[in-house]
Amino acid sequence: MTALYFTEDHEWIRVDNGVATVGITNHAQEQLGDLVFVDLPEAGRALAKGDAAVVVESVKAASDVYAPVAGTVNEVNAALRDQPGLINLDPMDGGWLWKMSLADAGDLAGLMDEAAYNAMVG
Amino acid sequence: MTGPEALARLPLDDLHVGANARFGGFAGWNMPITYPLGVLKEHQHTREKAGLFDISHMKLIAVHGEGAAEFLSAACPLDAAALDIGKSKYTFLLADDAGILDDLIVTRLADQRYMVVANAGNAANDIAEFHRRAAGHAVTIEPLDRVFLALQGRLAEAVLEQAGFDVSGLTFMTGGEPAPSIFMTRSGYTGEDGFELGLPERAARALAKRLLADDRVQWIGLAARDSLRLEAGLCLPGHDIDPTLTPVEAGLMWAIAKSIREAGAFVGAGALAKRLADGAKTRRVGLKPEGRQPVRDGAPLLDGEGQIVGRVTSGGFGPSAGHPVAMGYVDRAHPGDAPLFAEVRGQKLPISIHPLPFVPHRYRKG
Repeated sequence: MTALYFTEDHEWIRVDNGVATVGITNHAQEQLGDLVFVDLPEAGRALAKGDAAVVVESVKAASDVYAPVAGTVNEVNAALRDQPGLINLDPMDGGWLWKMSLADAGDLAGLMDEAAYNAMVG
Repeated sequence: MTGPEALARLPLDDLHVGANARFGGFAGWNMPITYPLGVLKEHQHTREKAGLFDISHMKLIAVHGEGAAEFLSAACPLDAAALDIGKSKYTFLLADDAGILDDLIVTRLADQRYMVVANAGNAANDIAEFHRRAAGHAVTIEPLDRVFLALQGRLAEAVLEQAGFDVSGLTFMTGGEPAPSIFMTRSGYTGEDGFELGLPERAARALAKRLLADDRVQWIGLAARDSLRLEAGLCLPGHDIDPTLTPVEAGLMWAIAKSIREAGAFVGAGALAKRLADGAKTRRVGLKPEGRQPVRDGAPLLDGEGQIVGRVTSGGFGPSAGHPVAMGYVDRAHPGDAPLFAEVRGQKLPISIHPLPFVPHRYRKG
């Protein structure tokens, strides 16, 4: 059972059997422009909801990506170290940032579904 | 924070909106930052073909009258009388303490007529300062309402020739007025060959459309303008140069000939001579971060013991260099080959002093 959620900070979170994959939305990558570096967390890092987990850097600026829910980092997308542009090319799939186990599945309740997110970004 | 409603709109704003630019505020102007092509491709396009930049945020100031040369030579560290007609010169507006209020390009257009190009964020202050310094000189300071366009890149000359401009007589840092109210120089802010054209809105609109009809030309936004100038080692006022720095620290004394320093007839001359004699405590350098992580403006520079020995003033990714690039100031006491680190988000990233420019200039010199 897979469910997809979105945050007001333009992250997506895909939950599959208790493991969540997190990335940034197409809208977010469009706003950021071409990405040239991604600062990924260490596997095993415990994240509180709202923690700055990743920094994505465009040619011009650095931007934080926040943990949409609390949990522990299981895995990061190592391909981004050589190809940060994957986030621009394929933000919802190949450009994922990290996978995490959830501390509290209840955190998901406050997030948006795809229709609500699309309505927010217009 | 200034809201977008407080930002001035460029005269050709509608063309940028039509080109689907993404906008952002810069020096009080609502500027196109990127176009749909994106900053990396815009940057490469400029290096390989021809990029069109709307730089109307910059100010053209005509300086004319019997006393124009004397005025400019007193207001700036410049020998304006010795500048040949048709030649441009990089110079400064210095404060009494030799701090850099702005960097300027002055072009001599006629015996008693010069054009000054001032930076957007400093233009109002430059004009006020010019008026103050003009007291006692028979000179008119005339800020112009012009659209200012830059066409930059290795195909810029061919594109302009195709558009009906004869630019074969121009070399790097020369210019003139090919028609009344049109100002054109061979110069720019990218390290590439290129041209800057100041013209009234209607003529500019027609020219922009004509240039864009050439498939070698693309609009290029402010983001790529910044990465291009940083690779070229060129200073951004307010970042790499500012009133707390003199041309000595900034490594820009090449722009002030020895004869001008010795004559000492310009505002700031005494303080500049003293700074030169005493020696600067810091120096501007190019910086190359070792890894892939960009190091940005404001990052402290540390030595091997963790002592602060400088700071980054501009930094980002260099698309042509293929690695992060930065510029900053390092204490003169810090040996150039000693370990150096930039502190970014609590991490110490190895960084080394690198010659400027990062990408060789391709100016068309005479």
